[in-house]
Amino acid sequence: MDKTTSLEEIITLLVEKYEGRLERVEDSLDAAIRVKDQLFFQVAKELKEEHGLDFLTDLTALDLGEGKFRGIYHLMSWKPYRLLRIEVDASGEEPWLPSITELWPAANVQEREVFDMFGIIYDGHPNLTRILLSEDFEGHPLRKSYVTKSRRK
Amino acid sequence: MAVNSNNLEKIDPVEEQVKKNIIMTTVDQALDYARAHSFWPVTFGLACCAIEMMAAGGARYDIARFGYEVFRPSPRQADLMIVAGTITDKMAPLVKRIFDQMPEPKYVIAMGSCAISGGPFADSYHVVPGADTILPVDVYLPGCPPRPEALIDALLTLREKVKNPKVVMEAHG
Repeated sequence: MDKTTSLEEIITLLVEKYEGRLERVEDSLDAAIRVKDQLFFQVAKELKEEHGLDFLTDLTALDLGEGKFRGIYHLMSWKPYRLLRIEVDASGEEPWLPSITELWPAANVQEREVFDMFGIIYDGHPNLTRILLSEDFEGHPLRKSYVTKSRRK
Repeated sequence: MAVNSNNLEKIDPVEEQVKKNIIMTTVDQALDYARAHSFWPVTFGLACCAIEMMAAGGARYDIARFGYEVFRPSPRQADLMIVAGTITDKMAPLVKRIFDQMPEPKYVIAMGSCAISGGPFADSYHVVPGADTILPVDVYLPGCPPRPEALIDALLTLREKVKNPKVVMEAHG
């Protein structure tokens, strides 16, 4: 990896390479790209191995409503300091995203948490089970469609 | 000082010693008295209330003054469960199991809003609305979290309850 290549240059490089399937997020305060779900694993691998963004800072998700979900990933490089956000859209009653546990073993528990809360299926995850809620819990509480029933006495 | 020699002769020295040194009571009362002055709480914390519980056990608040400092790491050796914190649905079966493992007689203090009613999480999707839905609670201790002094007060309230079981039964059914 060429350390003189700036994050902006890396993004431009990727946008040109995967034209139409990877785009820069324009209205963002920090550097961010949006990737199609089929391509995401490949891009993540490339960023880790070729561009030095080898630290998975955070992995979470968003419910955009109307059955649309978005996986959010923060990749980081310590030297030189860089932080890149990757957004991956997923949709449907059973939204899915590619698992990145192969690249970052730490993603294992975080993907389980997102599965627990949002019901996003991580394709290729070795053990995709609930992690915070009890096994017999029904539904995924952070979905906008989830209705919380009061259990107050 | 005038001494009535007739009365002096009548006092039996043995009887006098009996009056001064022997307390008549029932076995139950004696046991209740002993229990009430030496609760052995199980070392068991669920959330932030547990920090206050630990503070109560430390040198500054020192519940050892009352005989309650022996936090037991095994439920088999404990007779008091201080439910200190939020009980989630996932934790509830384990709380119940630890309680079931404690030998009789055993007591429960619901410490803090969460253990009383679910507290700020009463309408949440995964929090038990109060320890009394799964355990027989003896003393409710409000606060979020209650200060160590409050826990001491709860322990002393429980002490009164254990010492006077009939009074409590009459007052609270």
